[in-house]
Amino acid sequence: MSAYKKVHVTTTINGEQVDFLCEPRHSLLEVLRDSLGLTGSKEGCNNGNCGACTVILNGRPVDSCLVLSAEVEGAEIETVEGIACNSNLHPVQQCFLEGAALQCGICTPGFLVASKALLEKDPDASEETIRFDLSGNLCRCTGYDKIVRAVQAAGQQMREI
Amino acid sequence: MTTTQYRVIGSRPVRHDGADKVTGKAIYTADTKLPGMLVGFVLRSPHAHARIISIDISEAEATPGVHAVLTAADYPNVENKMADLGEGSINLSYLSSNCMAQQKVLYRGHAGAAVAATDVHIAEEAVKKIKVEYEVLDSVTWVLDAMKEDAPLLHDDMVTDSMGEKASKPSNVPAHLHFEKGDAAAAFAEADVIVEREFKTATVHQGYIEPHAVVADYNEDGRLRIWTATQGSFTCRQQTAEILQIPLGNVLVTPCEIGGGFGGKITVYLEPTAALLSKKSGRPVRISMTRSDVFEASGPTPGSFMRVKIGAKNDGTIIAGEAWLAYDAGAYPGGVIGPGCMCVFSCYDIEHAVVDGYDVCLNKPKTSAYRAPGATQVAFATEQLVDELAQKLGMCELEIRQKNAVKEGSRRVDGPVYPPIGLVECLDALKQSDHWNTPLQGPNRGRGIAAGFWFGCGLKSSAACTVNSDGTINLLEGSTDIGGSRTSIAMQLAEVLGLEADDINPQVGDTDTAGYTDVTGGSRVTFATGMAAYEAGRDLQQQMKTLAADLWDCPADEITVDDDGSFSGNNRTLGFKELAVELFAAGEHLVGRATVSPECPTNGFGAQIADVEVDPDTGKVTVLRYTTIQDAGKAIHPSYVEGQLQGGTVQGIGWALNEEYFYKDDNSMANASFLDYRMPTMLDVPMIDTIIVETGNPEHPYGVRGVGETPIVPPPAALANAIYNATDTRMTELPMSPPKLWKAMQKHQAS
Repeated sequence: MSAYKKVHVTTTINGEQVDFLCEPRHSLLEVLRDSLGLTGSKEGCNNGNCGACTVILNGRPVDSCLVLSAEVEGAEIETVEGIACNSNLHPVQQCFLEGAALQCGICTPGFLVASKALLEKDPDASEETIRFDLSGNLCRCTGYDKIVRAVQAAGQQMREI
Repeated sequence: MTTTQYRVIGSRPVRHDGADKVTGKAIYTADTKLPGMLVGFVLRSPHAHARIISIDISEAEATPGVHAVLTAADYPNVENKMADLGEGSINLSYLSSNCMAQQKVLYRGHAGAAVAATDVHIAEEAVKKIKVEYEVLDSVTWVLDAMKEDAPLLHDDMVTDSMGEKASKPSNVPAHLHFEKGDAAAAFAEADVIVEREFKTATVHQGYIEPHAVVADYNEDGRLRIWTATQGSFTCRQQTAEILQIPLGNVLVTPCEIGGGFGGKITVYLEPTAALLSKKSGRPVRISMTRSDVFEASGPTPGSFMRVKIGAKNDGTIIAGEAWLAYDAGAYPGGVIGPGCMCVFSCYDIEHAVVDGYDVCLNKPKTSAYRAPGATQVAFATEQLVDELAQKLGMCELEIRQKNAVKEGSRRVDGPVYPPIGLVECLDALKQSDHWNTPLQGPNRGRGIAAGFWFGCGLKSSAACTVNSDGTINLLEGSTDIGGSRTSIAMQLAEVLGLEADDINPQVGDTDTAGYTDVTGGSRVTFATGMAAYEAGRDLQQQMKTLAADLWDCPADEITVDDDGSFSGNNRTLGFKELAVELFAAGEHLVGRATVSPECPTNGFGAQIADVEVDPDTGKVTVLRYTTIQDAGKAIHPSYVEGQLQGGTVQGIGWALNEEYFYKDDNSMANASFLDYRMPTMLDVPMIDTIIVETGNPEHPYGVRGVGETPIVPPPAALANAIYNATDTRMTELPMSPPKLWKAMQKHQAS
C-alpha cells in the first residue's frame, strides 16, 4: 500500500517504554493518536499554530504535529494522559477544574501540558510570563482569563508542595 | 432583581465531564475509531467560480488502498424544499450542493469529489489523481459588487423576493427585507441633530479549535450510524436523512464531545459524504477537515456593508433611525440579514425607524451563524453613531444610552414589544462599576462603551430522569454540551429535587435515546433544556406523591413537597433520597420526563467598557482593561456564565482588531491558517472583568436568560469608540487592524 518502508522506533511515553512502526512522513501526533491510541493530544491545525497537540519532549513543550515520529528514538515524551499520578490529578488539572478554565475542552490537553512544563521551570511565573509562555496555545471559548488564573493557582499549589 | 435563595443554583460545582476533559479521556469525533475504519479526504475546488465540465476518477479508483471514490453523481437528487434547522431554515437542494458541488463550484474549497482509503495520506494522494476539467467563470466576493446588475451570477434561476414580491430578472440578491415603524422621513425632518455613516465589516470565522469531523457506518441493513461534532444531533439527523433520501428512523446520530461551535457546527458538511463513502466501500469511514478546509469550506459569518442614520432632539431623545444593510450570504441564499435588521436599533426606543436589508450571494463559502449572528455588525454601526450623537449634543455617552434605552413595553422596529428586560440595569451597573469610576490617564489612550442585544430563543428540549436505588439520578438530555451545560442543566434538576449537583449524573443522549431536542444555539440550552430538566423533576415529584400516598396511607393531595425537596404527609416527612429508596425497595422504578417549547425570547442585554492605547506609529491597539456586563436573568453556575461573557468578549475583540478573510485577485482566500487568520492569543488580551446582572426572567422557573451570544456584540463598537477617544479618528471599517487604523489616522491628521 504505502510506498514507504516503515521505521522501528523505541521511545519512552509517560514513563513506559514503547515500540512502534511508522512511515517516515508520520508526525508524532499521528502516531500518538492513530497507532498508540493516545487521543488526548488533539489536532487543531496540523501546522504548529494552535498548540492543541502539545507534548513534553525531553523536558520541552513541543507541538507534536511538527515532530516527525522517526525523530523520537530514545526520547522521553509526556502527554496529557501521563500528567495525573495514578488517580491523583496534577495541580494544573485540579486548578483547571476548580477554576472553570475549560469550556469545550479541545484545547485543554495542550494547555495542561504547556502549563505543567512552564510551572515546573517557573512555579512563580507572573501573569505576563504565563501569557507570553502559553501564547502558542489557542483557546476560542474562554477568553483566557480563567486559564491564566488556573495556572497561577496551580503554581501556588506547586510552590507549597 | 432576583432575591430568592437557592441551595445549588448560584454555586460553582466542578462540572460532571471535567475529569474526562483534563485527563484526555473525553472522546471527540476525531478520536473515534471503529474496526475496519477507512479515512476519507475531500477534493476541493481551486477556483472561486467554475463550471465542472468533467471529472475522471479512474486513476484515483485504481490506487492501492483506495476503497471508494465519490462524486456528485452518487448523491441523490434533492428537490427544492425548505428544512427547518431549529434556529433558521435552509433549502435542501442548496444544502446538498454545498456538501458536493453539482455542475458548478461556487467558492474556492467547494467539495467536488471524495475518496476513502486505508489511511489519510493514501486518500489525500488519490484525491490529487482525480482529474477535473473546469471552465473558470468570473467571480465576485464583495457584497456591493455582487449586487450590481452586471455581476457574475451564481444561480441562474435565483430572483429577488422583496417582501413576497418576486423580481422578473435573476440576480445575486435572493431576499430584500423591509421593516418600518412610525414615519422615519417626517421624524428626521424634525430632528435637531442627525448623524449618518457608512460601515464595512470583513468576513470572519468562528474559529473553533476542533475541525469538523465525522465517522459514518452505513450498515448492510440500511441503518446509518453517525458519530459527529455537531451542535444539534437531531438537526444533523434530519439534514443527513433528507439529503440521502432515506427514512429519518434509519439514521442514528451520536454527538461526540464537541470542540467548539459558536454557530458554525449546525449545518452538515461532511456527514452525507462520509455516509455515501461508507455505503460504497462497505466499511466505516472517518473524515476530518484540515484547518484550511475549515476556513475555506465551512460556514464563516458575513462581511457587510451598512449605511445607518439616526436623528435626535436637542434633549438627547433619539426620534428617528434608518438603516440600509447588505450582508454576505456566501454561495447560497439564507444569510443572517434578518437578525441584522432586527438588531440594528434593538437597544434604543426609537419611535420612527425604517430598515432595509439585503441577503447577497457571492463566491464565498455559505455563511453560518456565529454567536448572535448578524448583531455584531450592526452594533458596530449604531453604537458608534450613538456616541457621535452624544458628542454633538454635548452629552455623556452613558447618559444618552440611559435616556434612550429600551425597557418593558418598548417596541422593536420589526414589531415585538419587549417584556421585562435588563438593559437599564446593565447601564446602571456600568455607571457604578469600578472601571467606569476609575479615570483613564496617559497619552494615546481612550475609553469606549457600547451596548448589545441578542434575542435568545426557546425552541424544543426534552429531559428524562431515572431514579437509582440509592436516590441519585441519571439525567438524559439531548443538548450537545459545548461549555458545561450538562452541569448547568443538572443543577436545576438538583435544585428542584433537593439534591446536590453531584447526585445527578447527566448524559447527553443520541438521537435514539434522547427526546427531541433542538440545537445548542440561540443561547437556549441552560434556559430551555434546564427548564425541561426542572419539569422532569416536577413530573417525578408528582409520581412520588401518588406513590407515597399509597405507602403512607393518605390521599395524594395531602402530600406536599417543600422547597428543600422533602415530602410531607400523614405526619411523616422524608427527603427526596429517603423516599426514593423506600419506593425502590417497594418495587417502584421511577422515571420523570418532560418536553418543553418555550416561545418567548429570553432577551439578553449587555454593556461593555473598553480601555485602549493606540500606538501612533503603527496603529496597533492594545486593550488595557475590559469589563463585560450582562443580564443573565439568574446565573445558574456563575463561573460558566463569566466564561461565556469572557469568551464572547475576546472573540469580539478579535473580530474588532484583527480577524478577516483576505482575498487574492482570483478570489481565493489568502490566509486560511491560524498563523495568518490571526485570532487573539493569551498575550493579546487582558483579564476580562465581568459583572453579572440578575433581573430574573419571568418565563423561566429560576429566572434564567440565555447568556452565550450577547457578549460578542458590543466589542467592535466599544473598541471603535475607545479608539476614537484615543486618536480622534472614527473607524468605520472592521477589522481595525494596524494598517487600516494607521492609514485612517494619517488621513485624519492630513484633513
